Amino acid sequence: MTEVAKKVDTVKLTIDGIEVEAAKGELVIRVAERIGIAIPRFCDHPLLDPAGACRQCLVDIEGQRKPSAACTQTVADGMVVRTQLTSEVAKKAQEGILEFLLINHPLDCPMCDKGGECPLQNQALSNGREESRFHEHKREYTKPVPISSQVLLDRERCVLCQRCTRFSDEIAGDKFIDLMERGADEQIGVFSGRLDVDPAEVVGETGLEGAIDANLLDAPFNSYFSGNTVQICPVGALTGAQYRFRARPFDLVSSPSTCEHCAAGCSMRTDHRRGKVMRRLAGDDPQVNEEWNCDKGRWAFQYATAFDRITEPMVRDPKSGELRKASWPEALNAAAEGLLKARTEGGVGVLTGGRLTVEDAYAYAKFARVVLGTNDIDFRSRPLSQEETDFLTSVAGKFQVTYSDIEAAPDVVLVGLEAEEECPILFLRLRKAANKRGTRVTSIAPFVTRGLEKVAGTLVPTVPGAEATALAESAEVRAALSKPGALLFVGERLAETPGGLSAAARLAAETGARLAWVPRRAGDRGAVEAGCLPTLLPGGRSLVEPAARGEIGAAWGLEVGDLSERPGRDTLQILDAARTGALKGLVVAGVDPHDLPDPAAAEEALEKVGFLVSLELRLSAVSRRADVVLPVAPAVEKSGSYLDWEGRVRPFDAVLRSAAMTDARVLDALARQLGYQLGTADTLAVLKQIGELGETRAPRAAAPTVDAERVAEPGTGEAVLSTWHQLIDLGALQDGDEYLAGTARPPVARISKATAAALGVADGEPLNVSTERGRVTLPAAVVDVMAPGVVWLPTNSPGSTVRRTLGVSSGATVRISAGGTS
Amino acid sequence: MGQFIGTLKGFGVTFSHMFKKVVTEEYPEKRVPLAPRYHGRHILNRHPDGLEKCIGCELCAWACPADAIYVEGADNTDEERYSPGERYASTYQINYARCIFCGLCIEACPTRSLTMSNEYELARDSRQDLIFTKEQLLAPLLSGMEQPPHAMYLGDSEKDYYLSGPTNPGSSAGAEKNPAHRIADRDGKVAQ
Ligand code: SF4
Ligand code: SF4
Ligand code: FES
Repeated sequence: MTEVAKKVDTVKLTIDGIEVEAAKGELVIRVAERIGIAIPRFCDHPLLDPAGACRQCLVDIEGQRKPSAACTQTVADGMVVRTQLTSEVAKKAQEGILEFLLINHPLDCPMCDKGGECPLQNQALSNGREESRFHEHKREYTKPVPISSQVLLDRERCVLCQRCTRFSDEIAGDKFIDLMERGADEQIGVFSGRLDVDPAEVVGETGLEGAIDANLLDAPFNSYFSGNTVQICPVGALTGAQYRFRARPFDLVSSPSTCEHCAAGCSMRTDHRRGKVMRRLAGDDPQVNEEWNCDKGRWAFQYATAFDRITEPMVRDPKSGELRKASWPEALNAAAEGLLKARTEGGVGVLTGGRLTVEDAYAYAKFARVVLGTNDIDFRSRPLSQEETDFLTSVAGKFQVTYSDIEAAPDVVLVGLEAEEECPILFLRLRKAANKRGTRVTSIAPFVTRGLEKVAGTLVPTVPGAEATALAESAEVRAALSKPGALLFVGERLAETPGGLSAAARLAAETGARLAWVPRRAGDRGAVEAGCLPTLLPGGRSLVEPAARGEIGAAWGLEVGDLSERPGRDTLQILDAARTGALKGLVVAGVDPHDLPDPAAAEEALEKVGFLVSLELRLSAVSRRADVVLPVAPAVEKSGSYLDWEGRVRPFDAVLRSAAMTDARVLDALARQLGYQLGTADTLAVLKQIGELGETRAPRAAAPTVDAERVAEPGTGEAVLSTWHQLIDLGALQDGDEYLAGTARPPVARISKATAAALGVADGEPLNVSTERGRVTLPAAVVDVMAPGVVWLPTNSPGSTVRRTLGVSSGATVRISAGGTS
Repeated sequence: MGQFIGTLKGFGVTFSHMFKKVVTEEYPEKRVPLAPRYHGRHILNRHPDGLEKCIGCELCAWACPADAIYVEGADNTDEERYSPGERYASTYQINYARCIFCGLCIEACPTRSLTMSNEYELARDSRQDLIFTKEQLLAPLLSGMEQPPHAMYLGDSEKDYYLSGPTNPGSSAGAEKNPAHRIADRDGKVAQ
């Protein structure tokens, strides 16, 4: 909208004899692009501020004595521009610059990963001289230098365009790399602890580890967004360790795809060669991820080819008690028999996990209702509450906020959400809005995180569990949300605070701010919309509404009364019922018991349940205990769509052809075995079914109204636990990606200065955090601004598997002590 | 009558050939040398210390109009080095069911690793066997050469290998039989 307002002021100019109109302030290079004239360039990038660093875009502008850089020159009325196409001067200037750039550029295109898709190669051919006049020795550097475990820097190849440093500074806010030295020695580098030694030499001798040990690379390029610099480097100076020497552009088949990791919904490009994914790149979707993605999306994809991938069905052998391979008919038969028995004897619950496509989630929702005749279905495999169930029932089907709204918002309030760790592209948008539009970010959290610092946000220091009170009582938050266009983002973690989601819904209603629920996983929002909740039918239809049941019943061809109006059990209740024997069977999709609030109880339930069917990609804690294991396809091998946190549909096609089947197709076959028709065998058919359901006319559920609870006061030697997942951690979808794991943020236990002083723990010293279940010991990190009496741990990082080891979650009281003692 | 003359004429042609030079080759008993530039099967040459010249750049595969070449690159390390420099070919295959022997791959090769020999006996009785792997394509080890992986014996960096290129003919199949290509080993001794 502001864009349009700006364009009111236009100017007329001529480029290569073509008259064009342009908005005041537009850059010559962009206007030329619009009319189809390509000016060569290296440093220019439409999403970065103009820099004029490489001088490749020189054009001849009438009235100027020397050629000017088209990427920094703004248009003016009556300007006459001549590019290399019509001006000898511009052509010669560009050839000259290219010759200069190539003076020190090594001739190692055959070795270089960029070869074949390199702007320098291409433009040297299209805009350079045929022959070089430089015969002297080229500048030499050690090559390549790892500047993090996944990004390699070859300084010989660098053309000093500064795209990488500008990206890191302007977009990601991680200024870990910069230009160093001067003159001919100018080079990109990471900051080193000591200035007298060249880190590259030490790296050459001892490797990255050695350099870090020697305190030379004390700040490696461990940004969550570092992969984008590899993608935008116009030469092969920055390359990824994972893709090193693995393929050439002409080997690769590129397919548009969608990231399966988080709810940001990045569009991506997946490149594969002979049935193997070689790399993934950020796709270009201006409405969602612009041209960026995070390193997890880019580099975590090897889980799909892990050694324990299941490709054949398995059934438990009644004699030996072991799982053994079986044919599809045998396995489906066994599953059908077991489920039939369990259904009649007490019922079957369905746990779907948050990784499914909308189509798969819909198939589970329909399978549970039609085949199993139950509402005991839930997608949540994390701490949850009845309040959250009601909240999700009330927000389902409502899509209020989009990425672009963030840029238009005067104020954004985050609660229960650490955007950089839990939804990185949302974080990038927040940062863009904060930097470019002056959007103010306020976070209700226990301490100022790096992410909050980078969006110049304000903290409302809040002890975990007190978020509801903060929402209700903070005048600051209320004032921020009262501005027109203000947004309130609630993370899935707010479910851990009693009254939190109620308070958020109430506050949004009172102030007129728009509310967005941001889950952590790619399939979460889709599961809500598809009806994988004990209270919801597909399309945001509340189960208790007869009209909603009527709509679904008609669409599914059910008799009146076939759909029960009694809400089912949620994940925790399903597991409880399975443990006690109230439920006789379970159908479980991609669920890791270790993500659940009480992993031990969950595992016990999986052990004890009478009949367990697991639809899995890899042998997991669930499938190992299952009676029948049915293999399903990973995201690369199937088509489908995710809903991102906005509720935007993110469709994707299968990248690799394989025999693996979607969950929906397997369920369809299973239903058939039991005598039902689901009609979900084909992704398009499912989409059609969902489309035919249409919008509901039934009334929507109201938001919950749960009161806030008093927060526990920690005694001496105790603290309230705060915890969330780090972006790069022990998640199952990051298995096997070691280069990626190397850039994870080191796990630390964060405590306030006062707590540190009381315990006598200094920064970096070990700190014990324990419950009666177990103990986590991590180096302490003392935080300047932190709510009192809080200790923060990463939820699932090396050395800190909170739910598994401690058996608790945010808001619990834990014991803390200086490391060594307990 | 005319018929009789016609028959005579015909036998005349046959008979006259008994006094002409025979063009039939007695292959395979006798093998006639081919033109030196005959496009036969490929060879992956070696540096004089045995390191592979191929750097796994895939330019040959790129140039190939018949899509006959498959290469996978990999990283050389100091512990495991197959070629000078950063990169080597971990997989190298030429599919002779596809190759049209045009030689464009040879022109594309930046290190003169890939050349063609005069070997033409490539018939096999299965398609699988027509795919030649790196082991089959690599030039034999001559005296002074050592089977990689090993360190760079001829210099500190790959540059030393390439700058001495003209005086560093490396090897190709048959080189061991050619006195002009006697190669000095690491200590400068020439194999006899
Ligand atoms: S490393 Fe690449 S992106 Fe960075 S300055 Fe050099 S050429 Fe530009
Ligand atoms: S000779 Fe021609 S067809 Fe055969 S591999 Fe080389 S480029 Fe391909
Ligand atoms: S593109 Fe204009 S100076 Fe680099």
